Amino acid sequence: MSWTKDQPIVSIKNVHKSFGSLEVLKGVSLDVMKGEVICIIGPSGSGKSTLIRCINALNDIQDGSITVEGQEVHDPNLDQLELRKKVGMVFQQYNLFPHKTALQNIMMAPVLVLKQDKAEVEARARVLIKKVRLEGKEDSYPGELSGGQQQRVAIARSLAMNPDVMLFDEVTAALDPETVKEVLVTIKELAAEGMTCVLVTHEMGFAREVADHIYFTDRGVIVEHGPPATFFDDAKDPRTVEFLGQIL
Amino acid sequence: MLESFQEFFRTVADNHPTWNFIFFYDERQFGKVVSGLWMTIWLSVACVIFSVIIGVVGAAMQGAQSKIVRGIVSGYIQFFRNTPPFVQLLFFYFALGRFTPTYSPDGWLEIPIISNVGWAMISLSFFAGAFNVEIFRAGIESVPKSTQEAASALGYTRLQIYRYIVFPLALRVSIPSLNNNLVNLVKTTTQAFVIAVPELLYESITIWNDFPSAQNPMMVVLFVSYLALVGVVVLGMNKWEREMRVPGYGG
Repeated sequence: MSWTKDQPIVSIKNVHKSFGSLEVLKGVSLDVMKGEVICIIGPSGSGKSTLIRCINALNDIQDGSITVEGQEVHDPNLDQLELRKKVGMVFQQYNLFPHKTALQNIMMAPVLVLKQDKAEVEARARVLIKKVRLEGKEDSYPGELSGGQQQRVAIARSLAMNPDVMLFDEVTAALDPETVKEVLVTIKELAAEGMTCVLVTHEMGFAREVADHIYFTDRGVIVEHGPPATFFDDAKDPRTVEFLGQIL
Repeated sequence: MLESFQEFFRTVADNHPTWNFIFFYDERQFGKVVSGLWMTIWLSVACVIFSVIIGVVGAAMQGAQSKIVRGIVSGYIQFFRNTPPFVQLLFFYFALGRFTPTYSPDGWLEIPIISNVGWAMISLSFFAGAFNVEIFRAGIESVPKSTQEAASALGYTRLQIYRYIVFPLALRVSIPSLNNNLVNLVKTTTQAFVIAVPELLYESITIWNDFPSAQNPMMVVLFVSYLALVGVVVLGMNKWEREMRVPGYGG
């Protein structure tokens, strides 16, 4: 792999994806540069979540190509572990392991998957807990934490693998309005540190604030994209205008 | 002390002809009760262990890609769940037992390598195991796909997901049903009587065949023993369930 940092870290080219006879992605292309934050927005059912799930091979694709650091994701001979070391993912429903404490949730993958030293991982996990502002919750089980707290544990759990790219799939959609902010603050800090982030979100204000680039998808295609200022204030496509009119 | 104890039950037997607690003063009968009890415990413990192993392995096999593997497991469940364990014991011992190799320690005797106790263990383990497969399968199905997906996104292999995520969570959901099934299993060991496994019921019946006056006392022994044995199982399972409980998860 001859990937260099001036090339896109994630490159999606003409991706087609169907569930049975239903075509969800109809030729989607986009590039993400290292350190960039991109937001994918659009009406529900437009294929945004499917698209980012394809990036770490949770969904397969029928046609096109997705590369992460030059590595083809949908190569049948792909080393899935190599890919998943590079790409972290946070889900709408947090998906923490309910039988493990917050600290154990964060530590498990580095210890089991990366075979790293337990003491060293624990030290790192405690730093991450602090980073997501959950000091004192190390030994709490997910069931004892609020949605916002669980989501921050999930973010820390992904970060513990030291990924190069983070995928966020509507991570605030299941949260109470008052806890949305604490999660967004965490993501904003990550973005400010230079983490490459791909977010699917409904938080337009947040997208406008943190994103370097916005993509608007509808019915399986990217209708319009651009930097937040142009995108939000100067949308061209009637579908974008209609969507923004409905939610802003 | 012991002598006056024995003397007391001799007097009881003399005065009340249907209440002959013969095992309290006849060493031979006492030996039968003890060995029957041990056999019941041994059979129960072995069958619990094997049936749980069968349950775990069977439930894992039900998640296999291969249709043939899944078909074999569901055929096994249908057969063992839908036929009486009594008939299964007879079938294993008399039908399959005929084809098992034998060995001869002295050149005269022909001893099958699987004894009637062995067949009882196999038969009862497969019987209870069929239910355990279904119990664990229900537990596995209760683990959300999204939780497994999160593990997968973190780079866990399928085996790691099963071992560290799916199995521990499925087990917690399965314990109450497992508890019921294991209680049933302990009680079903009495049916090994039919292939002459010298467990507690078998020994009790031999005692009251020899001494009809001991029938009532032997029934008391049977009830008390099974109440105690099942009580231990239930207490143990409940303790395990409490220890496995995770705050905010499950009931």
